[in-house]
Amino acid sequence: MNTDTPTRPPRLELIGITKAYPSVIANQDVNLVVRAGEIHAVLGENGAGKSTLMKIIYGVTKPDSGSVLWDNREVSIDSPAQARKIGIGMVFQHFSLFETLTVAENISLALDSAIAPNQLAQRITEVSEQYGLPIDPHRLIHSMSVGERQRVEIVRCLLNNPRLLIMDEPTSVLTPQAVLKLFETLRRLAAEGCSILYISHKLDEIQALCDKATILRGGRVTGTAIPSEETRESLAQMMIGRSLPECQMAPQAPAETRLSVKQLSLPTIDPFGTPLKNINLDVRSGEIVGIAGISGNGQKELMAALSGEHPMPKGATTTICGVTADRLSPGQRRDLGLRFVPEERLGRGAVPSMSLRLNALLTSGTGDGLVNNGLISYSKVRAFAQDVIARFNVKCGGDEALASSLSGGNLQKFIVGREIAQRPKVMIVAQPTWGVDVGAAQIIRQALIDLRNEGVAVLVVSEELEELFMICDRIAVIADGRLSPAIPAAETSVEKIGLWMSGAFEDAKVEEVQHA
Amino acid sequence: MPRLERRPQPSKAMMFASPLIAAVLMLVTGYILFSIMGKDPLQAFWVFFIKPLTTSYGISEWLLKSTPLILCGVGLAIGFRARVFNIGAEGQFTMGAIAAGGVALYFYNTEAFWVLPLMMLAGVLGGMAWAAIPAFLRTRFNTNEILVTLMLVYVAQLFLGYLVQGPWRDPEGFNFPQSKMFTDVETIPALIEGFRVNWAFIVALVLVAVSWFFSFKMFAGFRMEVSGQAPDAARYAGFSEKRNVWFALLISGGLAGFAGMAEVAGPIGQLQPTISPGYGFAAIIVAYVGRLHPLGVLLGSLLLSLLYLGGDTAQMDLNLPSAITGLFQGLLLFYLLAADIFIHYRLKPKQSEPRTTFMPPPEPEGDIT
Amino acid sequence: MSTEQIILILVSVVTAATPLAFAAFGELVTERAGVLNLGVEGMMLLGAVIGFAVAKDSGSLAFGFFCGMLGGMGMALIFAVLTQHLQTNQVATGLALTLFGAGLSAFIGKPYVGMSLTGLTPITIPYLSDIPVLGPLLFHYDLVVYGSFVLLFALIWFFKSSRWGLIVRAVGESPVSAHAIGYPVIRIRYFAILFGGAMSGIAGAYLSLVVTPMWVEGMTAGRGWIALALVVFATWKPMRVMVGAYLFGGVTVMQFYGQGLGIHVSSQILSMLPYIVTIVVLVLISRNPKTILLNQPMSLGVSFYPRS
Repeated sequence: MNTDTPTRPPRLELIGITKAYPSVIANQDVNLVVRAGEIHAVLGENGAGKSTLMKIIYGVTKPDSGSVLWDNREVSIDSPAQARKIGIGMVFQHFSLFETLTVAENISLALDSAIAPNQLAQRITEVSEQYGLPIDPHRLIHSMSVGERQRVEIVRCLLNNPRLLIMDEPTSVLTPQAVLKLFETLRRLAAEGCSILYISHKLDEIQALCDKATILRGGRVTGTAIPSEETRESLAQMMIGRSLPECQMAPQAPAETRLSVKQLSLPTIDPFGTPLKNINLDVRSGEIVGIAGISGNGQKELMAALSGEHPMPKGATTTICGVTADRLSPGQRRDLGLRFVPEERLGRGAVPSMSLRLNALLTSGTGDGLVNNGLISYSKVRAFAQDVIARFNVKCGGDEALASSLSGGNLQKFIVGREIAQRPKVMIVAQPTWGVDVGAAQIIRQALIDLRNEGVAVLVVSEELEELFMICDRIAVIADGRLSPAIPAAETSVEKIGLWMSGAFEDAKVEEVQHA
Repeated sequence: MPRLERRPQPSKAMMFASPLIAAVLMLVTGYILFSIMGKDPLQAFWVFFIKPLTTSYGISEWLLKSTPLILCGVGLAIGFRARVFNIGAEGQFTMGAIAAGGVALYFYNTEAFWVLPLMMLAGVLGGMAWAAIPAFLRTRFNTNEILVTLMLVYVAQLFLGYLVQGPWRDPEGFNFPQSKMFTDVETIPALIEGFRVNWAFIVALVLVAVSWFFSFKMFAGFRMEVSGQAPDAARYAGFSEKRNVWFALLISGGLAGFAGMAEVAGPIGQLQPTISPGYGFAAIIVAYVGRLHPLGVLLGSLLLSLLYLGGDTAQMDLNLPSAITGLFQGLLLFYLLAADIFIHYRLKPKQSEPRTTFMPPPEPEGDIT
Repeated sequence: MSTEQIILILVSVVTAATPLAFAAFGELVTERAGVLNLGVEGMMLLGAVIGFAVAKDSGSLAFGFFCGMLGGMGMALIFAVLTQHLQTNQVATGLALTLFGAGLSAFIGKPYVGMSLTGLTPITIPYLSDIPVLGPLLFHYDLVVYGSFVLLFALIWFFKSSRWGLIVRAVGESPVSAHAIGYPVIRIRYFAILFGGAMSGIAGAYLSLVVTPMWVEGMTAGRGWIALALVVFATWKPMRVMVGAYLFGGVTVMQFYGQGLGIHVSSQILSMLPYIVTIVVLVLISRNPKTILLNQPMSLGVSFYPRS
């Protein structure tokens, strides 16, 4: 850790940055100083305005007011190209890579000076080796894992010789082990004088890596800190204005198996998808089973197969509450008591352009008499929607508000609430709290635990290990389309699950069989 | 350039106002156009839009020409709501006419009361059969229905041309490429004696009501709407895409086929190479201008029907090319599409910071609409 | 059949294929940038009517072609403003463009109906054109035909080896990413749309100035739609577009030579062939969803607007 940071010259300085959108003020009077060679965290929960601020620095978005100083000189960054020119690089949370192009082509698109293709490939190899980020310049992006793609993004920045590197939530796509490697790379860069702006909402990472932190809440700076000198509690206090909420969960013995999948192998028709390989999974009444894994390892395909959106292949057997469900459609599975909350809220879990009322009807057509003889009973639909809104404290402009007008957290509460209100026997939730603020995340997690306490079989897919350890009775890992055995959360650790996330659970399976 | 900003909620008022704005802009363009062509614009407007409706005969023609537009438009609107783009109503219209005409010619001397209902049935089935081809190809082979329905328009028209020049030509017709005139029992009775508007118009009105009931009161209508607005949500909810595609195409094809039947068994009274001034295509405009809503379709049909009539009177009275009708139709749709932006956006007072390009601000989440 | 007859047929295949190739090349570039413009038919009609009218009034075929191209671009500009700035739905706007093009061209063309002019004459290359068989088959065409081949190789080079081609592909795959790393997505799409309009305009003008040197209402007869189908059939690759255009050119001339070839079917039935073949070809190519998914520009038809 650098102790002499304050004496170093400031590289980037933001003064009074304000940016307002019609419905929300993303940044208000934000001040920020990043010094040369400093790893500076911008800490804040979802919706705190971190991403907007980074886009302003990178020239993607223009601030309404305020000034940006670069090496003590005021600059106006109008475009990413200009940002790169003065030495700013950015690794996006949602990568800005082109799937059908090669690594070299992708990198060449972001270089402002044209380099001959063969020279470029050589430069890519050099830089990637120098910083411990091995990549093959001739591979197509869509054949690469998310972790590899991140390396491409980083190498792409490094080739522009940045003096400030912005990393936006970089660890959500990495296994815990890969996170440590990334930190090494970042420390090396900082030691060479490159400043790093590290955007995250993960307190322990920031404490482990960053020299300095600026904390945002509701678009305003609520404090600056030296993370190593703070406690988790004090950082959380600054980030959300109170201490981190905890979930209430007592141990409980599970009962009968309610969801069972045997030998599910699923080739993918999407050329950019992941085929599933021999997946076996049981979820019992009264337990929460979590599936950990880096996204893109088959979660999407597994969910679609379980929900019935993708027809089950021959040879696999699925039973829901004891009934064979292989050939059943999503609606028929719902009738059996299987309820599903998909990862994509707008466009899949809810129709953006429709009111909450009609969205309540989306998955409730066969239950509770909302539809009689093919006719919609609008009064009942309305009552149902209002009930969900009230029970789950969904902040919205009433049941006629459009789904697209809700914040991520409120829409997720609505969707989860809608499914819970239909009294599920099996509940499947993908990424329950992705992009959701801490308050809503707490409500959603507690709702899932309550379901489990009532005897529902709950399956949760999440990229956040911390979340899974918080609410799961058993945890399995999905890697490259294969699913590990589910082991009791109490008997495993973040490290072990992390190892499994890179696919190293084949031996473990044998081990478990021997135990049994 | 004034900047636009996204409205927190789409404007309901603009939903209704936008077709009116489009119509007004169309008139403004017409004013300029008439002026350029050396006509007195006000007189031209009168000839185009008022004069056709000053006689009871004119009103009858107005309703008569709106009938195929309503029939085709109502069907297309149901499909478009579910994003099934049947743009070949013109072909299904033609096939409906051929099927009905075939029945009429086959039972030419029967003089029985059941011939007309049979022709109606044949018309509907003819249109459905023609629309079943793209439905099958899309559900079975994933083939784009836009291109297939459109290609089938040409095939249907050529087929009609072949029939009236070959096997179905009237032997006593002085070698004109047309069939025999249908008999009285093969013709849809007029609504009022002495006028050409017939009972098909009443059928069209009933279908507007039925379609409204289907779209807004029935779960099946809701299902189709979801499929149109968010296909992934429809899949998630378990609404079958295949069922939607079949339903949308069969309904719109059947209605277009019925319209074709009503045209040859109504004002035309026989089969001839050209039986439509583009009703099937104009119905696309009708569907959009009518906001894909059955009542809107009704109003849109009346407007486009008036454009057809106006084109005819303008040709007679002002010596303007009747092609001006097509021009107005196209303009109307363009203006509508452009005016629709104000459903989601509103003008923002100019800011101090100058901007050269217009960039709409983001939605709460996601970059892509 | 004599050699002359065969040569005649092959030459008319080239004539029929050239406008399809131009229109499809234009649409290919537009679609590679992620924009689906269903208005090819309308743009071609404008190119045809303006090309004919200008050539007739000015007496210059070259000027006619030029103005036909501008006519197509003008139509494309309307499409670009609506879809890129006003965020209208691309499918609806493309349909509107076709309907508007039909109306506008009929309106403009009214005074020209029934007129004719001398079409573009083939150029003769000294010596080469005089070679028996090969001469008339390879070296006796108008400049536009040769232009289509220049365009073919230019496009192959553009998408394979040029930086701009790479940028267009990138924009077509992910406008969000392209915007994030700083490319002016809307401006690039504007160019692609205008290029598509220009090529459609040339294709239309070729119909009214060369294929049948006159103006007839709706004379494109669905060729714009066939060009759209060609792009899908060609899985967005220039070489295959060319092959497809010649295939369809062959099918199109069948109706004129059918009788001579001993096919005794009514001319209307033979005229259905290009449309039916289009459907068959579309079915074959879309049968395997993977083929389309792998080749189609990933953002095709999806609106994009940058965050401010």
